[in-house]
Amino acid sequence: MRYSGLKVIKEALTGHKGWRPTWRDPEPKKSYDVVIIGGGGHGLATAYYLAKNHGITNVAVIEKGWIGGGNVGRNTTIIRSNYLLDGNEPFYELSLKLWEGLEQDFNYNAMVSQRGILNLVHTDAQRDAARRRGNAMILNGSDAELLDTDGVRAMYPFLNFNNARFPIKGGLLHRRGGTVRHDAVAWGYARGADLRGVDIIQNCEVTGFKIENGKCLGVETTKGFIGANKVASCVAGSSSRVMEKAGMRLPIESHVLQAFVSEGLKPVLDGVITFGAGHFYCSQSDKGGLVFGGDLDMYNSYAQRGNLPVVEDVIEGGMALIPALGRVRMLRSWGGIMDMSMDGSPFIDKTHVDGLYFNGGWCYGGFKATPASGWCYAHLLATDTPHKVATEYRLDRFRKGRMIDEKGQGAQPNLH
Amino acid sequence: MIINHPILGPRDSQEFTYLGDATLIDRPDWEADDAAGQFHDYLYLRDNPAGEHRELWFHEQGDRSWLVVTRNTVTHEILNVELARDVARARGRSK
Repeated sequence: MRYSGLKVIKEALTGHKGWRPTWRDPEPKKSYDVVIIGGGGHGLATAYYLAKNHGITNVAVIEKGWIGGGNVGRNTTIIRSNYLLDGNEPFYELSLKLWEGLEQDFNYNAMVSQRGILNLVHTDAQRDAARRRGNAMILNGSDAELLDTDGVRAMYPFLNFNNARFPIKGGLLHRRGGTVRHDAVAWGYARGADLRGVDIIQNCEVTGFKIENGKCLGVETTKGFIGANKVASCVAGSSSRVMEKAGMRLPIESHVLQAFVSEGLKPVLDGVITFGAGHFYCSQSDKGGLVFGGDLDMYNSYAQRGNLPVVEDVIEGGMALIPALGRVRMLRSWGGIMDMSMDGSPFIDKTHVDGLYFNGGWCYGGFKATPASGWCYAHLLATDTPHKVATEYRLDRFRKGRMIDEKGQGAQPNLH
Repeated sequence: MIINHPILGPRDSQEFTYLGDATLIDRPDWEADDAAGQFHDYLYLRDNPAGEHRELWFHEQGDRSWLVVTRNTVTHEILNVELARDVARARGRSK
């Protein structure tokens, strides 16, 4: 489906009867060069960049439900490049640069809005850590500004600056961070991949891998066997369930993270605020709802819903930071399932099976990574070498002592 | 979630902190020839099942006992609760 101004006018005059689905709904072929498991943001971006950057178009994306129905539709839409470690920050900076040109690149309105992200600090130690992280960001080509209390007050005068436990002493401002219309990311990549010949096959669940003599020959699915030269798993949240079918145990636990949206309000919050000490972060959607969240529920879960203690914890954090929230009514809450890895960082790697590739372990940072994840995964699939900003995302890094542990928490996935 | 503590009866899960898969009880033998490999698997790899999961919970706001809770990770239903001490002793640990 292609769009134009002329088409919009024509359809407006003829009752909008000429619009067609944005992507095809093909039956699977017998085999492909690459089969991507998982039609989320990362899988669709991988297919798009395989076709666009590497000219590989004999590709299928197979999805057990509908595309964009998993975590790309269940996040809080934030994009940012504000990491500390060398293994991470160049990757996330590539991702943010791709976000900045994404709409022009795939010619689809994803409502990329660089409205700025402010991480609040409350103590001298936190300010030191923020300054250090800001310097690391700048060294890697990102942007960071350290604000004092007055700087934060000028931006957001309605915050509670004199909270007895966490008085606001400043913040690290990342102006190029922001939000994106998350569903449109899946749709834009799907449309771009489909136009280049990629088959997007929905309602098709992988039930097993065909592996002979250490080589992956394809996948068994609910629509029959599909052969492939290369099979690329891209199912963060369900990685352990899928890779178990290939005999792999992963350094990953699945956890549920809840998010919330309020009734629509007039514009009150024009950026993203994170209150890490109080387990709360918040932005305002273009429709007016406050979109916010907090910590994991902390226990292994595949339920896509959480429990009330964390709802209470998040709302308490919100009330401590923005007392005016007390009169706002909640509209919806939901949960998404995260691949929580053992060091809080992701994987983009080959596996021990020839022709089987793995992308996962995104913790709760998968959405902002979508373009770079697809870009680097496509690079790995096309060239069999890791992209230069993703060389650290190896599955064997724990065995080799090369963890990328931003928070220094060790092998305790729910604390990352 | 309500955790039916073997000694204290039903308690709110908020009183507990969560550690993870109960296989963490089975610490490998540090003297084994392949101890490094065993410790890698013990520390970093998980089955991470969708369904029944045996896991360690610590009653931090209560009697500070460690429990092995069997819980369904798809429905959050709690199926069984044991004292971790009893589980470990049954496996010949901490006599």
